Amino acid sequence: MAFLKVNHLKVYYPVRGGFFRRIVDYVKAVDDISFELRQGETYGLVGESGCGKTTTGRTIIGLIKATAGEIVLEGTDLTKLSRRQFYPYRKDIQMIFQDPYSSLNPRKRVLDIVAEPIRNFEKLSPQEEKRKVQYFIERVGLNPESIYKYPHEFSGGQRQRIGIARALTLNPKLIIADEPVSALDVSVQAQVLNFMKEIQEEFQLTYLFISHDLGIIRHMCDRIGIMYRGRFVEEGTCEEIFRNPQHIYTKRLLSAIPNADPRQRRQQFHLREEVEREYKQSYHRYFDDDGRVYPLKKISETHSVAIP
Amino acid sequence: MTGKPILEIDHLRVSFRIQDQYYAAVDDVSLTVNEDEVVAIVGESGCGKSALALAVMGLHPPQKTKLEGSIIFKGTNLLSLSTSQLNKIRGKDIGMIFQDPLTALNPLMTIGRQIEESMDYHMKLSSMEKRQRTLELLKRVGIPNPEKTYHRYPHELSGGMRQRVVIAIAIACEPSLIIADEPTTALDVTIQAQIMGLLKELQQQMKTGIILITHDLGVVAEMADRVAVMYAGEIVELADVETLFHHPLHPYTRSLLHSIPSAQTRKEKLHVIQGIVPSLQKMPRTGCRFQSRISWIDESKHEPNPILREVEPGHWVRCTCYQHFYFPHDHIGDVGYGIS
Repeated sequence: MAFLKVNHLKVYYPVRGGFFRRIVDYVKAVDDISFELRQGETYGLVGESGCGKTTTGRTIIGLIKATAGEIVLEGTDLTKLSRRQFYPYRKDIQMIFQDPYSSLNPRKRVLDIVAEPIRNFEKLSPQEEKRKVQYFIERVGLNPESIYKYPHEFSGGQRQRIGIARALTLNPKLIIADEPVSALDVSVQAQVLNFMKEIQEEFQLTYLFISHDLGIIRHMCDRIGIMYRGRFVEEGTCEEIFRNPQHIYTKRLLSAIPNADPRQRRQQFHLREEVEREYKQSYHRYFDDDGRVYPLKKISETHSVAIP
Repeated sequence: MTGKPILEIDHLRVSFRIQDQYYAAVDDVSLTVNEDEVVAIVGESGCGKSALALAVMGLHPPQKTKLEGSIIFKGTNLLSLSTSQLNKIRGKDIGMIFQDPLTALNPLMTIGRQIEESMDYHMKLSSMEKRQRTLELLKRVGIPNPEKTYHRYPHELSGGMRQRVVIAIAIACEPSLIIADEPTTALDVTIQAQIMGLLKELQQQMKTGIILITHDLGVVAEMADRVAVMYAGEIVELADVETLFHHPLHPYTRSLLHSIPSAQTRKEKLHVIQGIVPSLQKMPRTGCRFQSRISWIDESKHEPNPILREVEPGHWVRCTCYQHFYFPHDHIGDVGYGIS
């Protein structure tokens, strides 16, 4: 059984206008997507800004209400639950945010930041709470003494690790990491990525890794889903997506990654031109008359492509 | 390939005042940009790359900054010019492209007006000629339907289109030098690829020199002819792009290249540079500034006063520690190191 199953998820925002501000249209932020996460794997959700990847993540954790569809976590459909019924499941899914500068309250001490989820779910004495916070702070590689400091006293990478410590306190099963390293420098980025892999093994976490950076996705993920305008264009294992991309949008995205070998500069430019030409020529083979992506079709056991 | 030099930065030091004391963010940097050449300056945040670019443009607030050394642009020292003299050069001979196209453009002005504005300052053209030229520029930077876009406002355009407008403004007066500060950082990958292609194409047509400031080594590999790597206010390595990517010497350059995820690193640990970038006030001012971050290299391997030396023709490296550098594999991924 799949650990997390997203079934025909839709998130629509109404566009109001005209007389009485009636609903005239919908913005289809997430438009009928389905995918599965297996226990302990890292699933990458890739796409350009506005493709709906963040909305998907936020809907799974319950920050955004789904318009239609199911989110099944270990057999329970989270979208059908009332607020109160959903409460215990909140522990199981935690989030790591993009910007470590705005996701930590600057007026709270590290102790209070990391203890906040504990205070919401567990009744602990102040000593126990402090011990628990110190354990996690130490686990993410910070000095346990630093729990009395404020976020501004830390560097970007350290802050991101405070955010990770906060996400770990309730022993979650699934962590949604929304662009966790985009705001960090390369060397710090490496540190956080290594660390995320380490704790994944230790705490047996499942990751939904949302990013626009294909290099990082390739490094981190087992399986990848590529999104475009609220829909999946392709899904497969890391190998399949990077070595054998099928959809023209995937090819376009992959060819756009800067090539770190200056000797291949010319080939890279040619490749891009070629893909761009193919994109223009075969646009109608991959998108329907409204410019919408077709539903996914299986081409192998693990590889699916949106072709008619 | 290398034409005559258009910009010569010589022993430049940019210091910021923090509570009555000056701290150098750019420390003794010398760099030449030739005609028809893209020089990239790479480094992590806080290494001084943007401070260097702002100094060339003369955009540092004079009350809080001290500039020493010289920046010779076509025979004149930019640091000795008054603001009004600088204004005759900025935007005309030196074009600028900033990171975020939304903040670089005036939200209350139409696209056409903004492009014409720089022509108002630097060229004597009738309004018909200006309009004509603006439409040509919009076409040249690849904006579809220039007539329509001319009357649009920045918020009506997508990020990629806005950056094209910023580029159109930068090249409006045919500058001989363009300073591009993280020109593609705010853009999506596919748009980034398009903008890189456009910049390269324009650069080859107009034979301009470009100073490309970026933290993205992939962008450097695709765009640059020569690369200067900065760490803690100093250039630590300077080489042509192929040498830098295939035979990097300085420990910092090598560590940086090692820490990027690539096809080969999958499922492996990435290299982590230990410690953190020192803040401006705490930066070591003597000895090798990278020393504290490669602590496994013996102290005696560093020079007491490291200088940038030409080790091969065109390849400059600071400090002698590179001769002894190796990656300590047992340290890789050691997260708990060097934390406050």
